[in-house]
Amino acid sequence: MKTEDENGKQLHREEVCPGKKLSLDDAHARLAETKGPEFWRSLEELAGSPEWQEMMHREFPKGASEWLDSVSRRGFLKLMGASLAMAGMTACTKQPLEPIVPYVRQPEELIPGRPMFYATAFTMGGYAAPLLVESHMYRPTKIEGNDKHPASLGGTDIFAQASILEMYDPDRSQTINNMGEVRTWGNFLEAIRGPLSAQKAVQGAGIRILTRTVSSPTLADQMRSLLKLYPQAKWHVYEPVNRDNVLEGAKLAFGQPVETQYKLENADVIVSLDADFLSAGFPGNVRYIRDFTKRRDPDSGKMSRLYMIESTTSATGAKADHRLPMRATEIGQVAELLEKFVEEGHPSDVFSSKGEKFAAAVANDLRAHHGSSVVIAGDHQPDGVHAIAHAINQTLGNVGKTVFYTEPLDVNPINHTESIKDLVADMRAGKVDLLIIMGGNPAYDAPAELDFANALKNTNIPLRVHLGLYQDETAELCQWHINEAHYLEAWGDARAYDGTVTIVQPLIAPLYSGKSAYELLATLAGPSETTGYEAVQSYWKKQHSGADFDMFWRKSLNDGWIEGTTFAPKQIAVKADLKSVMDRPTAGREFRSVLPQGAIEINFRRDPSIHDGRFSNNGWLQELPKPMSKMTWDNPVLIGPPMAERQGLKSEDVIEIELNGKKVTAPVWVQAGHPDNSITVFLGYGRRRAGRVGTGAGFDFYPLRNSSAAFASGVNITKTGESYKLATTQGYQTMDTPVGQRPLVRTASLEEYHKEPDFAREEEPPKDLTLYKPYPYEKEPYAWGMAIDLNACVGCNNCIVACQSENNIAVVGKEQVVLGRHMHWLRVDAYYQGDRDNPKAYFQPVPCMQCENAPCEVVCPVGATVHSSEGLNDMVYNRCVGTRYCSNNCPYKVRRFNFLLFQDWETPQLKMMRNPDVTVRSRGVMEKCTYCVQRISEHRIDSEREDRKIQDGELQTACQQSCPANAIVFGNINDPNSRVSKLKSNPRNYSLLADLNTRPRTTYLAEIRNPSEELES
Amino acid sequence: MQIFHRSTNTISRATIYGAVFLIAVLLWAVLELQRSPYITYAKVARPQPVPFSHQHHVAGLGIDCRYCHTSVETSSFAGIPPTKTCMNCHSQIWTGAALLEPVRESFRSGKSLVWTRVNDLPDFVYFNHSIHINKGVGCNTCHGPVDRMPLMFNEYSLQMEWCLDCHRDPAKNLRPRDQVFNMRYLPPSSLKPVTMDGKEYTDQLSLGTDLVKKYKLRTVTDITSCSTCHR
Repeated sequence: MKTEDENGKQLHREEVCPGKKLSLDDAHARLAETKGPEFWRSLEELAGSPEWQEMMHREFPKGASEWLDSVSRRGFLKLMGASLAMAGMTACTKQPLEPIVPYVRQPEELIPGRPMFYATAFTMGGYAAPLLVESHMYRPTKIEGNDKHPASLGGTDIFAQASILEMYDPDRSQTINNMGEVRTWGNFLEAIRGPLSAQKAVQGAGIRILTRTVSSPTLADQMRSLLKLYPQAKWHVYEPVNRDNVLEGAKLAFGQPVETQYKLENADVIVSLDADFLSAGFPGNVRYIRDFTKRRDPDSGKMSRLYMIESTTSATGAKADHRLPMRATEIGQVAELLEKFVEEGHPSDVFSSKGEKFAAAVANDLRAHHGSSVVIAGDHQPDGVHAIAHAINQTLGNVGKTVFYTEPLDVNPINHTESIKDLVADMRAGKVDLLIIMGGNPAYDAPAELDFANALKNTNIPLRVHLGLYQDETAELCQWHINEAHYLEAWGDARAYDGTVTIVQPLIAPLYSGKSAYELLATLAGPSETTGYEAVQSYWKKQHSGADFDMFWRKSLNDGWIEGTTFAPKQIAVKADLKSVMDRPTAGREFRSVLPQGAIEINFRRDPSIHDGRFSNNGWLQELPKPMSKMTWDNPVLIGPPMAERQGLKSEDVIEIELNGKKVTAPVWVQAGHPDNSITVFLGYGRRRAGRVGTGAGFDFYPLRNSSAAFASGVNITKTGESYKLATTQGYQTMDTPVGQRPLVRTASLEEYHKEPDFAREEEPPKDLTLYKPYPYEKEPYAWGMAIDLNACVGCNNCIVACQSENNIAVVGKEQVVLGRHMHWLRVDAYYQGDRDNPKAYFQPVPCMQCENAPCEVVCPVGATVHSSEGLNDMVYNRCVGTRYCSNNCPYKVRRFNFLLFQDWETPQLKMMRNPDVTVRSRGVMEKCTYCVQRISEHRIDSEREDRKIQDGELQTACQQSCPANAIVFGNINDPNSRVSKLKSNPRNYSLLADLNTRPRTTYLAEIRNPSEELES
Repeated sequence: MQIFHRSTNTISRATIYGAVFLIAVLLWAVLELQRSPYITYAKVARPQPVPFSHQHHVAGLGIDCRYCHTSVETSSFAGIPPTKTCMNCHSQIWTGAALLEPVRESFRSGKSLVWTRVNDLPDFVYFNHSIHINKGVGCNTCHGPVDRMPLMFNEYSLQMEWCLDCHRDPAKNLRPRDQVFNMRYLPPSSLKPVTMDGKEYTDQLSLGTDLVKKYKLRTVTDITSCSTCHR
């Protein structure tokens, strides 16, 4: 459908029904004729197919409200008849008698009904995320960031946030196993005693211990004493998503391994060479997001500028003021050009390539910001690029201002790839008698050419022990499997990105008597068994001897960090002969290789939701729409639109990828902005033994990935002709913005904003132009409202997981997501603008708008959704009969319906995990964001008891509290001094679909970009 | 030809009007059943492992509510005393009583006593004790004369209409904070006035109205909003 507005401009707002894909020619043609900013959520929307309009007017996609199960329509009607007859009777159910079980001796600090918070830390890749964990009657229920800790400041990332589900995961390994049979810890100790004493005689020459990255001082100490006992034993470290390149780059530049930290709040210009530093999984990302967004505020101080050169599409790229998509192999060359131009400037106005032009402009900006700029290299870029980044930062005088070097966090900073290579070589050479794998899943994720699984299976290592949370692919190939205690169940310690040590304290006794790595190591080192608590405490006793140890220990536990453990910056300089060293780079880490023009590159990336595969059994993370593609439950191959056009591919087509003789088939997803002649594949899927959630989801690309680099060329792609259904939420819940209405995302450049600060404002209909009965909200003590700063939001998705955890939101599974029945109360929409080959992208978190004139309320026949005096749009589950009229009438499409019984009412572990302050919804009930009304109630009651008003900032919604960017601000809009009131009076503030006069309490602050003049022209 | 007898007219009339009456009666019966102790358990004592007498402990021995229900002033949940609380006294007195064997057994073995919940609200209702105490709602306003209950039962239906009855007009039930735990408190009357802040009250309405102001109760609209109790 095409429409024309008064200027005769063609506007396209057409639709796609899931399954029907557009032709890309069409997309290209339409884009060419479109003028001015237009925002689109998917390429389908941009190009159009006849059903778009219909889709937009449906709350749920086609099929969502149909009965698609095997039960016949007739059988269903019979059932319905029966249940209708009984419907009125449900109110008459007699409550069953309930037991109530008090303590025998109640702990002194416990007040039943009130949560307690304990400081601990979640560790990934050795980096600790400092946390405060909410505990109800000693059951951990919700993860929050430790707001006093500089590495968190209250924010978390999705992995830490979802780790609580991992702890309660009923598929976690629950027993010690020997050859598939259940054994006890005592059996294991017996079994290992013999081999250990045999090893003593040969100084442990046959012992190999494989761990993930370790930053724990205690574990390092234990390992050292173990290696003292068995001097010939070897400690290997491997993670598939590792920082080898960072380490090698530092060695190249400085001759020693160092950790690089950034102070983005001091940076006016940030250049990212393929570093996705705003995404979960990047060390220090939570703090970096905070520092980055602090400098993105156009109203206070100088706004920073971000240049991004990237080999795929990422949330960081979406936030960039200038983004240059290019193949990963070519980024090294641009980095070299950048270095040259920073040192010498660009000689002329003639550029031989896009990259050169970009590099010249970036270099000019960098040179203008001596000491207040920063260049960040991505983890999977080769060592040379890291060395160049170090050199540029030094040339620009950024070291000590925006860039700091410290000791490495990793207590055993060795090259992971080399380490696992050595291990496999030793295994094949028959040198290994006792292999202990502590965490990690190398049988699944080791480099393909090593064939670790085969080596483990067929080399007859007499004793193989696996310690892990799951009985995974590696556990299967070990004689002994020990069920590991989750970090919320065990004592430990770890360092945050700045080096600060946090004591990891358990929130609950191990659910399945699991053992931690500390306990296993203590057992190996002997002589007697040690608990994890003793191990950690005795280590810190050695570090802090003195009479006040008790005080020191308690303070460290209470605060969540140990005073004085932050790493001091190191004074180091880039080696003078770096340039000549760079000309002799390590074999296989060549960064100057030139790709032929048409050669297709394959880019292996950690998955934004499930990382390297370790979270694949986590339903929250599996169902979390990935930042750019909004894909759930799968990892399709990303390709750019031009390449898709050339190859005749469209989204959901299955292709066969061949690399070095190995083949994998997988569906493709055409991603706007993806570099040409390149494909991105995400690791972590296609697990064989993950659990009921992760097994079989997605496609395994590890078989293609060799140890040489994170990307490779020489890929062959063939279309198989099949197609594969993908569950993306991209086109779902699209808000209808007819012709003439302002777009939902509003944006301007800094310059435009200065000229016209209230560009986002629009004339709102007069307050009394409504049939709704007015209510004097301004006379109430509180009127709740929310402001979401689009400028700050980096699309990290953390709010979605936090909301899911706080509000007991169900996971529905892939089939249900395809039908549009996902339950997230809060969604983060991604909008694109402009050129589909390199569009600008914007994120917009959309919770319930809590309209003052709520369209959902008037259509509810049973009064299940009504307004509270404080302006909340209350949802009363026990009244809801499931007509779904409300969601049909919601212009923002924020209501979610329990089409089936999505909640797990049976699994005892999951019952323990739920927030006791929020109702667990059943089938046939509508639900939606409540502004965390349970938190409002709690704070209102507490403040009333203390005879005061709720202070601004004291009450935070779950999404707000965990937001690392401070993008969500909630509070009392009747208080003119509250943060939310101040934001709402900002000229950038606007409402979605304001002309409907719904008077939403949730409003948005328009996004401001800070493009450089040089590249704009 | 007349197929039906003349009497059919009367019968049909009786049936039609009768049906209306019958439906009304059925409806009334269902509603009555819904409010009856069969459904609400009001005034029905429930099976308990130990026949604990509130009458004896409260009226007889004068133990304050908060000795056992420790968190009633600070938390949503009033708290059920741990076995240790029982044993504070019962390790000294009635040490051999057969009735108390489950308590001693629990203390010895470390296994909790399993009581049956008496004042049981549905799981979608979020009641908070501390705020009711703070606003001057007496224990026995909702729990009834606990000091006269040899075996514990809920005095009232605890149904929504009963809650709303007070939320729509809290003034009729409020008392001064210092009287909240007084089980023998009587609302003010001309015979037995209640003094507060030096002022003597002889009727509940004036006392209640003043207390609503003094304790800064939220408006009726506020406290009858759905999200006050449901979330």
